[in-house]
Amino acid sequence: MSILIDETTPVLIQGMTGDKGTFHAKEMIAYGTNVVGGVTPGKGGGTHLDRPLFNTMKEAVKETGATTSITFVAPAFCADAIMEAADAGVRLICSITDGIPAQDMMRVKRYLMRYPKDRRPMMVGPNCAGIISPGKAMLGIMPGHIYLQGKVGVISRSGTLGYEAASQMKAEGIGISTSVGIGGDPINGSSFLDHLVLFEEDPETEAVLIIGEIGGPQEAEASAWIKDNMSKPVIGFVAGLTAPKGRRMGHAGAIISAAGDSAAEKAEIMKSCGLTVAPNPSEFGTTVAGVLAKRPERRVSA
Amino acid sequence: MDVHEYQAKELLGSFGVPVPKGAVAFSPDQAVYAATELGGWNWAVKAQIHAGARGKAGGIKLCKTYHEVRDAAAELLGKRLVTIQTGPEGKPVQRVYIEVAEPFERELYLGYVLDRKAERIRVIASQRGGMEIEEIAKDEPEAILQVVVEPAVGLQAFQARELAFQLGLSIKQAQSAVSTIMNAYRAFRDCDATMLEINPLVVSKDDRVLALDAKMSFDDNALFRRHNVADMHDPSQQDPREAQAAEHNLNYIGLDGEIGCIVNGAGLAMATMDMIKHAGGTPANFLDVGGGASPERIATALKLVLSDAKVKAVLVNIFAGINRCDWVAKGVVQACETVDVKVPLIVRLAGTNVEEGRKILADSGLKLITAETLAEAAKKAVAACQGKPKVAA
Repeated sequence: MSILIDETTPVLIQGMTGDKGTFHAKEMIAYGTNVVGGVTPGKGGGTHLDRPLFNTMKEAVKETGATTSITFVAPAFCADAIMEAADAGVRLICSITDGIPAQDMMRVKRYLMRYPKDRRPMMVGPNCAGIISPGKAMLGIMPGHIYLQGKVGVISRSGTLGYEAASQMKAEGIGISTSVGIGGDPINGSSFLDHLVLFEEDPETEAVLIIGEIGGPQEAEASAWIKDNMSKPVIGFVAGLTAPKGRRMGHAGAIISAAGDSAAEKAEIMKSCGLTVAPNPSEFGTTVAGVLAKRPERRVSA
Repeated sequence: MDVHEYQAKELLGSFGVPVPKGAVAFSPDQAVYAATELGGWNWAVKAQIHAGARGKAGGIKLCKTYHEVRDAAAELLGKRLVTIQTGPEGKPVQRVYIEVAEPFERELYLGYVLDRKAERIRVIASQRGGMEIEEIAKDEPEAILQVVVEPAVGLQAFQARELAFQLGLSIKQAQSAVSTIMNAYRAFRDCDATMLEINPLVVSKDDRVLALDAKMSFDDNALFRRHNVADMHDPSQQDPREAQAAEHNLNYIGLDGEIGCIVNGAGLAMATMDMIKHAGGTPANFLDVGGGASPERIATALKLVLSDAKVKAVLVNIFAGINRCDWVAKGVVQACETVDVKVPLIVRLAGTNVEEGRKILADSGLKLITAETLAEAAKKAVAACQGKPKVAA
């Protein structure tokens, strides 16, 4: 098993006909993702990459039965696209788009909150690499070949640092059940915590790697939850030890604003909550291997 | 994006937040003219820089005559003002703001911030304005009043009223404060601000509540729809390298080390810097070339990093997803053809089209040091940096 997506998950691509949408739609289809259609207002009725196109998400969901959407929509219009997907009733919305205004995301989050918890869609991103359940389906922009199928869950704020971890794990012969890029923006659709809960419940996942960054309260919040609720081992890392204080580092999220925000402080919090912290970013693979080796009864096969 | 005090006040004023009368000046003559136009006999001449703590650093001068205004402006303009927030290099003063100095009774604090934990706008207020608000927040958290705004309906009058009365204001002052708090919230929301700080918010002798200082920062992602804000951009307040990078949409932050970094993705860029440090070196910069970097972008990034005289080696670390290694490799080759690269160049490629990328580098005949892993790349960069004889300054 995996979390969020597998080879059966029917996916709609919002903004499928644009350059980026087309490029990544092809990649996702080639990987085996069950792409059932695309939504581009004004192009409904046509087809693209042998998939039907629709003008609205409602129509697309009704016709295809899609439960998931991924957005390749320009930042100015992306909040609208996410809310449209939610309104059409999909269960999972993944937004790759980088550059959505923070106040737009604030409104998106409130919009999603109006659904009762059992009907509330999960949102991943924005400004993320997406989700991959290796060997099954890819909902994002990652290079699929660097992921080995297996039993470790990965959650990363940074896309490329998630790739780094996946390729190091592959070199150690360690596979991944699902890797989720939650994105680097100040306001995310979902947090480490949201996905940790899913990995804890997933019978196939045996350990989880979480890769954080400077700035924001997410890593501390996740660590506290892990301490009290998580039965599976968790490996952590926080990028930005050398980042100067109080300076913006690209992701708007990476602002050091309060105590507990720096990489060193977050790594300490992780350790105190029982996580195994990778000492540096070249030791994701070896640290995960070390943790798995300590549990021989449920050893992850290569 | 940050703006100057006078620009923030102009915005706030347009939303109905009372501010003292003032005018901006670029020369001592203009400063005197502004003072005569504004009238009165007490003015504050305030250095306009993108940093706080100007008062303690001598950046704000109170003047009683036109002569004093001229002298104050002449002294401030053209100098680099160093405050505890600017770093040792300071920020250049190219504009001064001449403001009518009004006597006031009390100094309060009013701030608005986009709170990423609450995922809402948070309003912060305190009776203890003017002084180190951060220290007060740490030592006496009960002295800090906070209100969280529900985005669906916005800040409500009752919330502003609660703050006003908790600030210990009289009925008449509270009425003025409520409209100031509400209007400043509208300015924050409608201009896509991420931070607005009025410190101090003062109560005048005739019970008016007005913004004596103002700092605003804005969401870069929203500037496309806030042209009036985008037009306030002042590149002189940025590190020149950062300003140059911003022109090319590159995300660059200058540091003091010796190894220049060109990386895709902010997380990997930070991790690369951490790895350099771990290997015993020092990073010269943070540079995220972003997704979909074309050969031209890589070439621009390389030129930018090499423009830093302290750089003794450059490490290019690209893990391509949305990027493609062949494009990155072409960019490196292109840049080496146009720029005279005098320092060792270490290139680590991984991900999409990695074989094509490595082949392009190998076939180029360039003297590059290649690496397959992050650890190897960092080690080689540090070794290359130490191996190179010191260049005379």
